[in-house]
Amino acid sequence: MPATSDAGPARPLAPSPVAERPPVSRFRVFGALLRRDVRVARRELPYFLIRTVMQPVLFLIVFGYLLPKMGFVQRGYTLALLPGILAVSLALSAVQSVALPMVQDFGFTREIEDRLLAPVPMSLIAIEKVVSGALQGVIAACVVLPIARVIMGPMPELELTNPLLVLAITLLGSTLFASLGLFIGTVISATQIGLMFSIIIAPMLMFGCAYYPWRGLDAVPAFKYGVLINPLVYVAEAMRGALTPSLPHMPLVASCAAMLVLTALFLALGLQSFRRRSLG
Amino acid sequence: MSDAIIVEALRKVYPPPSGRSGRASAARGAGPTPPATHIAQPDSSADVVALDSLDLRVRDGELFGLLGPNGAGKSTTIGILTTRIMPTSGRAQVAGYDVVAAPHRVRQHIGVVPQRPNPDRNLSTIENLAFHAAYFGLPFDQAERSGRTLLERLGIADKADAKVDALSGGQQQRLMIARALIHEPTVIFLDEPTVGLDPQARLDLWEILRDLHVQGRTIIMTTHYMEEADQLCDRIGIVDRGRLLACDTPEALKARAPGGTLIEVSLDGPAAETLARAQHVAGVTRVEAHGTALHAYSPRGGEVIPGLIAAASAAGRTVTDIHLTSPSLESLFISMTGRKLK
Repeated sequence: MPATSDAGPARPLAPSPVAERPPVSRFRVFGALLRRDVRVARRELPYFLIRTVMQPVLFLIVFGYLLPKMGFVQRGYTLALLPGILAVSLALSAVQSVALPMVQDFGFTREIEDRLLAPVPMSLIAIEKVVSGALQGVIAACVVLPIARVIMGPMPELELTNPLLVLAITLLGSTLFASLGLFIGTVISATQIGLMFSIIIAPMLMFGCAYYPWRGLDAVPAFKYGVLINPLVYVAEAMRGALTPSLPHMPLVASCAAMLVLTALFLALGLQSFRRRSLG
Repeated sequence: MSDAIIVEALRKVYPPPSGRSGRASAARGAGPTPPATHIAQPDSSADVVALDSLDLRVRDGELFGLLGPNGAGKSTTIGILTTRIMPTSGRAQVAGYDVVAAPHRVRQHIGVVPQRPNPDRNLSTIENLAFHAAYFGLPFDQAERSGRTLLERLGIADKADAKVDALSGGQQQRLMIARALIHEPTVIFLDEPTVGLDPQARLDLWEILRDLHVQGRTIIMTTHYMEEADQLCDRIGIVDRGRLLACDTPEALKARAPGGTLIEVSLDGPAAETLARAQHVAGVTRVEAHGTALHAYSPRGGEVIPGLIAAASAAGRTVTDIHLTSPSLESLFISMTGRKLK
């Protein structure tokens, strides 16, 4: 991100009538935008935690604790479940923390206008939203991991030997879903927000290989290849590759490459749609 | 004195609301289905022309009013000048920068008071100001201090730490003004700032604007209240249907208003036949037909009303309403467009 590069007035109609002001540093503005999001997030911390942790924790209790106790599922299942649950946590958190405020910001009163008036390119405001959403995704994963450990008990196969790899995948997955949140949040209207959960989020969670490993779908080839359009598959499989490498999973290189490509795609679509909404 | 705002041949055309002009034009045709090639043609008549070649110059330090009815193109003009709407063609320059080529440099010099208050509802009143200033690169703490001073000046200091939802409509409007000023802009835009304000809040806002004007800021406001434009503005641009019809000082514009009182006579049918007879009514200097309305001007005010009623009866029409307007910006507007401001 260039600090202060700027295009001057093109073919000025008249000399500048005001004292020249130096261009504002984009880093400073970015910092102020991030500071605003941190302040709002801190104020809403209890809601944030409930929103992001509730769903994965309920799943953990039922599938990671109750069903194994009842003997309905094998021990191996909970191991396959944990990386998926982390993927769901970070994905839900990242996508919601961008899409929900974006819908409100572009709603009836256009609250985002106070940021759109900032003397920086409009895309900077969208990119800051993605960064802030990605950070919230990472925080969600960091909160859910220890809770999972407590609920599910000790898991010897779980490898935390490469925490940097796990963090990198968490960050990449969060950025992917924050970018998706930017796209969704700028495309749908406030009245469609409930529909978003039924039509996009719910099928994505169910067919995202979060609650079962992708290799398990070898038995149902149509599903095995059909779910590949779902970005959650790659986050869950990459998590498996990093946390439980001894169990079958998609090659780490393939899942990470897919995450990178999808991030670029959703970011491009999201920025385009953000620009369209901003210049409404 | 140089120009804070220069607008040349500015045009904004919106696509038809459906976005499917071909089908829309086919649907409109009540007769036989047009040939297929017809449907594929872009239907430019369905486009909405919001601005139709607008030229304008606003001088540094001027308080300039854009006066016109709803849908005249005022808000589109403000939207383009504040870099929130892309023009279809033409050029606009604010504070020396082109709004299309260098929009963020334009934004650095402007403050905007929107038509509807749109504060950041996740932040308190003072946070709205401090963060807005921070988006302009100002240090946060310093911005918070000047924010409190501004709130004091605008009379809502007691609401500094309140959530913005706790503020009344008038208070939120003041917050919007404070927000538009916190980063010390040189050009301030206000889009219909007094719509929805009670009379006292409106007078207070006028005082604030006069204050800012004395400080030497360039102010551009849109309004469809002629008395507001008349009392506040150095110069007024009268806009209708995306065009600038007149641009001058309020005094000069009023001097151009057709002489005498305007007597608007509403009839129960087309006014064309009444027109010829009304021209001969003693005391009437000028008369026009606008659909079912007859517009007559007379220096003798209401005295000509019986004559006009008689002229209407002679043409077989019944008078349904009569309205008198003394010489004003409004009568100038009506004489230029055949329409009222509101």
